[in-house]
Amino acid sequence: MREYIKRIVWLSCFALLASFSHADINSTQPVSSVQKIDSEEQQAENNTLSATVQALIKASYKQKAGIIDSIVAIEDDNKLLILQSLLDNQLYYQKKSQKKNNVDKDSKRILVVDLSLLKKKKDNAMLDAFSGEIVTGLSKRAVKKIGVNNALRRNLRSHLSLMKMSHVDSRVRIAAAQNLLKDSSSIDLSFVETALKIEKNPQVVDILTTVRALMLLQSEQPTIRLLALAELDGSLYPETRIELNKFISTINAESASTNKENTSAKTKNLRSDELHLAEKTLTDIETLMSYNGYLENLYFGLALGAVLLLAAIGLAITFGVMGVINMAHGEMIMLGAYTTYVVQMLMPESIGASLLVSIPAAFLVSGLVGILIERSVIRHLYGRPLETLLATFGISLILQQAVRSIFGPLNREVITPDWLAGTFMVNPGLYLTYNRLYIIIFSLVVLAVLALVLKRTLFGLQMRAVTMNRPMASSMGIRTGWVDALTFGLGSGIAGIAGVALSQLTNVGPNLGQAYIIDSFMVVVFGGVGNLWGTLVGAMSLGVANKFLEPVAGAVLAKILVLVFIILFIQKRPRGLFALKGRAVDNG
Amino acid sequence: MKNSEMTNLMNNSSNKKLGPLTTLLMNDKGGRRLLIVLAALAILVPALNLFMPESSIFHVSTYTMTLLGKYLCYALLAVSVDLIWGYCGILSLGHGAFFALGGYAMGMYLMLQIGDRGVYGNPDLPDFMVFLNWQELPWYWLGFESFSFSMAMVLLAPGILAFVFGALAFRSRVTGVYLSIITQALTYALMLAFFRNDMGFGGNNGLTDFKDILGFDLQADTTRAGLFFCSTLALMIGYLISRFIVTSKLGRVLIAIRDSETRARFLGYRVEYFKLFVFIVSAMLAGVAGALYVPQVGIINPGEFAPLLSIEMIIWVAVGGRGTLFGAVIGAILVNYAKTYFTGAFAEIWLFLLGGLFVLSTLYLPKGIVGLWMQMSDKLSGKLAERKAMNNDSADLPEGDKA
Repeated sequence: MREYIKRIVWLSCFALLASFSHADINSTQPVSSVQKIDSEEQQAENNTLSATVQALIKASYKQKAGIIDSIVAIEDDNKLLILQSLLDNQLYYQKKSQKKNNVDKDSKRILVVDLSLLKKKKDNAMLDAFSGEIVTGLSKRAVKKIGVNNALRRNLRSHLSLMKMSHVDSRVRIAAAQNLLKDSSSIDLSFVETALKIEKNPQVVDILTTVRALMLLQSEQPTIRLLALAELDGSLYPETRIELNKFISTINAESASTNKENTSAKTKNLRSDELHLAEKTLTDIETLMSYNGYLENLYFGLALGAVLLLAAIGLAITFGVMGVINMAHGEMIMLGAYTTYVVQMLMPESIGASLLVSIPAAFLVSGLVGILIERSVIRHLYGRPLETLLATFGISLILQQAVRSIFGPLNREVITPDWLAGTFMVNPGLYLTYNRLYIIIFSLVVLAVLALVLKRTLFGLQMRAVTMNRPMASSMGIRTGWVDALTFGLGSGIAGIAGVALSQLTNVGPNLGQAYIIDSFMVVVFGGVGNLWGTLVGAMSLGVANKFLEPVAGAVLAKILVLVFIILFIQKRPRGLFALKGRAVDNG
Repeated sequence: MKNSEMTNLMNNSSNKKLGPLTTLLMNDKGGRRLLIVLAALAILVPALNLFMPESSIFHVSTYTMTLLGKYLCYALLAVSVDLIWGYCGILSLGHGAFFALGGYAMGMYLMLQIGDRGVYGNPDLPDFMVFLNWQELPWYWLGFESFSFSMAMVLLAPGILAFVFGALAFRSRVTGVYLSIITQALTYALMLAFFRNDMGFGGNNGLTDFKDILGFDLQADTTRAGLFFCSTLALMIGYLISRFIVTSKLGRVLIAIRDSETRARFLGYRVEYFKLFVFIVSAMLAGVAGALYVPQVGIINPGEFAPLLSIEMIIWVAVGGRGTLFGAVIGAILVNYAKTYFTGAFAEIWLFLLGGLFVLSTLYLPKGIVGLWMQMSDKLSGKLAERKAMNNDSADLPEGDKA
């Protein structure tokens, strides 16, 4: 017994470690726009900056333009934040001056205020513009906005993009370049050229080349336009497609109007060359984009498959290995999700860590409930699968109602930690979300760990022995009752872990489990009962099939088609994709 | 004496010949009692509803009568489930699908009877189709203006589905748990399909706002009474059909299949044909139950396809007593009465109770209430017989002494 516990603890540690290592990969978060600076060292510089900013308060719009230019000239990292928040209408000053610190009466405190956060009463709605400290206790009325007009905004934007393009951090430069791509009309071609010359980062270079090509496309000279078109070939930015479409339609409009007039054959030829090239470029890009679509579908499908896999692995053990139809399996998933919620409530300061803590916690909670169910009910029903089905269904109703009575019928919100949010870029036309990637990795890790347990540990050996030949295993001194209970606990515990993962994707409510129980059974039956490999293949293929059918047939119809397919498939191969062969089959 | 009285009574209501009926119910004490009660209900309840003044304590309100009618539909459904589960070992977790299909067939007829009295006043199209901007009836709605066609569809729609599904499943020998799971998938898929607006069955809201059936106003007490009478009649006929099947030679084979399918196959029976036959009959019975259920409840929506309801049916049978037919009727009525009572009075604990019922009945009542009753009466009669024997012995003794 102690041996098993040791193994289980060891396992959960492994799972934890695995998740931590993911966390490390992702800990390089994007730099937040608010940069805290060491106030002591830069006090002097700040003073000049702050003095200049102070002047903004009383200045007219015309004077403001000059002040902004002088701010740009000051050497200070903080000016970026100030100008950006000025542009975003987030730069405020406190109406009453601070009497304690400043002797100068005219000096007002400059604040960065996010009104949307202020409405939600979040603490970090107000920041001191210079120290970066969070300011609390000020109402909306105590502060006043420093206003800008459209001319100033244009001015600010070009200043900011210039400043950002020369920023040290490559991520800031990428963001700036992407802004240029969105609005290439406001800047100079020469600026892009100079930026391109000094730029080393390939991603920034790629974006800037596209920006340059897009600008050249507006050029007067046809040869330059042709060059620009050639450069745009294969560029996957959505802006490229928009501009190309515009370009083609203007040429078409032109040719429609010029047909009546007599223009020289040469210009006509050039124009049609351009049109030809532009159309070819566009179709090239569109083919690439359709590949992107396939890739995205595949990714979504794999993620859905991973979710199905997580939900079905536990069932593969209880149903596949033990032959127990556990209709309460979905509720084990639900318990895991609620455990995540409770753990998060217990440690509200560290959401990221709470998710990692909830993995072993959910395993234990669901596992213990599973053991309890096995000992109290299922133990009496071995060999009567249909009765087991009914009894566990009853248990599932009880668990659902219990959760509903404790937590209420409404869905609970489980917050997604920062390191799970966000996207990564495969190419400019394809962004994939991190949380799906993590789910895929996580499900594979869980599967691998489980396979290890079954194949390489004493518990796994005993488990397989009991499934194969109960009386013989018993006569070899294996306590079959305990092995049954622990096996069921293991299956349920893994369902709990699946619940942790699902809490990040869907709503956590009393009906969470029901949504997955039929799908899980389908995966296990489709993949072949008693076969982890089959479960993996079954889950992934169902997930991918579902996502590829969705754009064609719609979400609901896709699901129906998959269900019908499985029903037909079972007729053909009643034991699933990877059926066990031999004598054991007849016992099932 | 009592037996013949009973059959006479039955004769009045079901117009069957006396001979086969007596043989059918000869060894079925529970079934005889059930049919007597049903026949009494069929006459008494509508009579008490229609002819007693509302102030009288004997008056049965229309609400109660409709509720009872609903229970009787469920009871017929339970009989159909017991027919395949209790006698053939097929645990279908998708019987709700057949029930709902029968209900939809009836609902479509009722929908077309509304005519231009709908909200949009369109004489050809039901309201939801007008709402979805459909121009004409889809082809599969054609013919449902006719009552006889609709009634044929009530039998055929579930029957055909059962035939196709059963033929596939039984031929490839999908049995036991696998069959249960794919039947569940079947009803789940149908539920998803009927939720779609494009299917042309009213989507989420289903079919409702019915006005009249065969020209009779559905809200009138007399129509309700007629529907109640029909439900009782259908249950009685359904019971007799099922009873006929299970007592026939074919029924023996079914039981043999239930107890050991391989053995039955080795004995030379084409197991899949027997299973398919009983599965189709059961599906049609469920369809009839659904068709009677819809006009009484006044709505049919995709929720009836929900896997949960299909599993609930199993528990009615399990609580009543699997493999007894009349036990299924008792179970369905008892559990549904409990459901009505508890969801009204203590909504919180109903699911606890239902769940507990599932667990306890499988653990401690493998033969249901009927089994428990029989066990107790056996014990009682055994004790009586013992006492009698002892009395006889003691009475005999003196004689022996004398001798």
